[in-house]
Amino acid sequence: MPIKFARVALALALVFGAGAVSANEGGHADWQREAENEVSNLPSLQRGARNFMAYCSGCHSLRFERYSRLCEDLKISGEQCDALLVRPGDKRTDYIRTSMPEKDATEWFGKPPPDLSLVARSRGPDWIFNFLTTFHADPASQKTGVNNLQLPGTAMPHVLASLQGVQNAVWQNAEHKGDDGAVTITKEWKAFEPGVAGSLNPKQYDEFVRDTVNFLDYVGDPTQVERQSLGVWVVLFLLMFTGIAYMLKKEYWKDVR
Amino acid sequence: MSAVIESKGGFRAWLNKRLPVDQFVADQLTGYYAPKNFNVWYFFGSLALLVFVMQIVTGIFVTMHFKPGEATAWDSVQKMVREVPYMGIIQPMHAVGASFFFIVVYLHMARAFLYGSYKAPRELLWVIGMLIYLALMAEAFMGYVLPNGNMSYWGAQVIINLFGTIPGIGPGLVEWIRGDYGIGDATLNRFFSLHVVALPFIIALLVGLHLVALRQVGSNNPDGIEIKEKLGKDGKPLDGIPFHPYYTLKDIVGVGLFLTLFAIVLFFIPTFFGYFMEAPNFEPANPVSTPEHIAPVWYFTPYYAILRAVPDQKMGALLMALSVAAFLFVPWLDRAKNKSIRYRGLASKLLLGMFFITFLVLMWLGLKPAEGLYVMLARIFTALYFAFFVLLPFVSKADGNGPVPERVTYHAH
Repeated sequence: MPIKFARVALALALVFGAGAVSANEGGHADWQREAENEVSNLPSLQRGARNFMAYCSGCHSLRFERYSRLCEDLKISGEQCDALLVRPGDKRTDYIRTSMPEKDATEWFGKPPPDLSLVARSRGPDWIFNFLTTFHADPASQKTGVNNLQLPGTAMPHVLASLQGVQNAVWQNAEHKGDDGAVTITKEWKAFEPGVAGSLNPKQYDEFVRDTVNFLDYVGDPTQVERQSLGVWVVLFLLMFTGIAYMLKKEYWKDVR
Repeated sequence: MSAVIESKGGFRAWLNKRLPVDQFVADQLTGYYAPKNFNVWYFFGSLALLVFVMQIVTGIFVTMHFKPGEATAWDSVQKMVREVPYMGIIQPMHAVGASFFFIVVYLHMARAFLYGSYKAPRELLWVIGMLIYLALMAEAFMGYVLPNGNMSYWGAQVIINLFGTIPGIGPGLVEWIRGDYGIGDATLNRFFSLHVVALPFIIALLVGLHLVALRQVGSNNPDGIEIKEKLGKDGKPLDGIPFHPYYTLKDIVGVGLFLTLFAIVLFFIPTFFGYFMEAPNFEPANPVSTPEHIAPVWYFTPYYAILRAVPDQKMGALLMALSVAAFLFVPWLDRAKNKSIRYRGLASKLLLGMFFITFLVLMWLGLKPAEGLYVMLARIFTALYFAFFVLLPFVSKADGNGPVPERVTYHAH
């Protein structure tokens, strides 16, 4: 029996493994880092919510998240919720909308700033972390004066410049050999160097972004922490159930010769 | 096989006089003899039934909160998951369940290949099973389109346009399927109707037929020899045991193991690294923004790889249709005397092994962008895929005739 289980396990591993292998593919550029956020870290989520409401919510909505749900999940009291998070004119039970009219936004930025309810699920926490940490000065960008490594040509200005400052990117030439042997030279990012200073040092800024990303990770899937803690019990129950079912089966099968 | 049920008095007698409950149990469960040498591969039939029931039950709840249509579908899914108690678990259960359905069905099909379960007298059983597989593919595809995410939209675009390659009627047919000039409200509403009413009925009917056919011919087993040919004095198969309690209890162990795996994925990795739920589908449908790579969910990717391996789209679509249809003919392509791979030669074992690997490699290739080396590999493995069906008649005829044991191999534990 164990050998046969191993065979099924192998078959399953092949099915799943094919995916897992390709999931890890794709080279990482040096500027790409992992967000390393923890959705179970409540203080981080609370700071992240504060960051979002202060710096992001002017343009970006969270149209599937209500203030009340947010405050309940993040253990923020009703009074604090009203005082610190709910925007003037909104009720605590409202969805988190932005006050920026879409028409104006389109005029200012070329397109309306996207809703961020699910950005952590469609782009992933690492993507947001890298987006928010790789803004750099770019004189060629006439509208915003900055560019971004994660999303080159982004329409978003460096909203967090007062915190991070504006860093400069140092570039180098890299040679690529194509399939046909032809060599092409592209500009590649080498390093960041300090430009205009902001109010936070690099470490503090990373923490600021990490908290904000963490908050967006929570908003992308608000039930995830609850689901995981329930999941532990479900899996434990199922293991026990399987064990008892196996013993019962063994008892009955004794008389099969 | 039917045992005579003695009726005494009371409610049970009253009931049985009107509804043959005891007779049914006696015929189909306690009096139905299955080979005693089933191995792990034989879990997947009952598991497929379990997942089907799970999909129906979770689907009932998802339907309560889902609002089909272009303007409402996306928001209603987000809101049910976030705001309706427990839908944060039930909706992902339905989505993850689709992937597990195919895992179970593919393993169930692999079992039939291993032990020749499609061979006479079980050809119809196999054909009905393949019809279930086809209906399931349609059901899964439409279910994937319903939430109207961006991959829903673009996936639907690609798949529906395939029908446009049919000569003559193609373009009109595509319009007829969509009910519009593009994928819109009409498409989503009819897919909802088909996904929730028509296809589940068809699948349930086919599953019923599958079970009736199974009861008629009896289960095959890993040795591929008919237990009905060796009867005891009592007229029961010597190598058979009553389905209940033996296999009901054994299948419950399988259910426990399966649900444990299912729960681990559902509760801890519901997107399964972007394979069960793809990242672009967490953005609403956007007709002007194509996802970086349009790839169907993993269970369709072997066929998708075949489609893209051919430069000409018409030929690609034809080959893709053929790659699915080929399964229907397997009972007649396999000309071996013996059923089970255990009693076939090395050539048969290698051929089947190659086919399993080819299917998995195509699955992986279908998830990759169609460029460079991947295209070359897709062509090689497409050729290998069809080579299996072409070679099967010759290889099976040549080395599938060795001696088989008189009785099934079973080691009591």
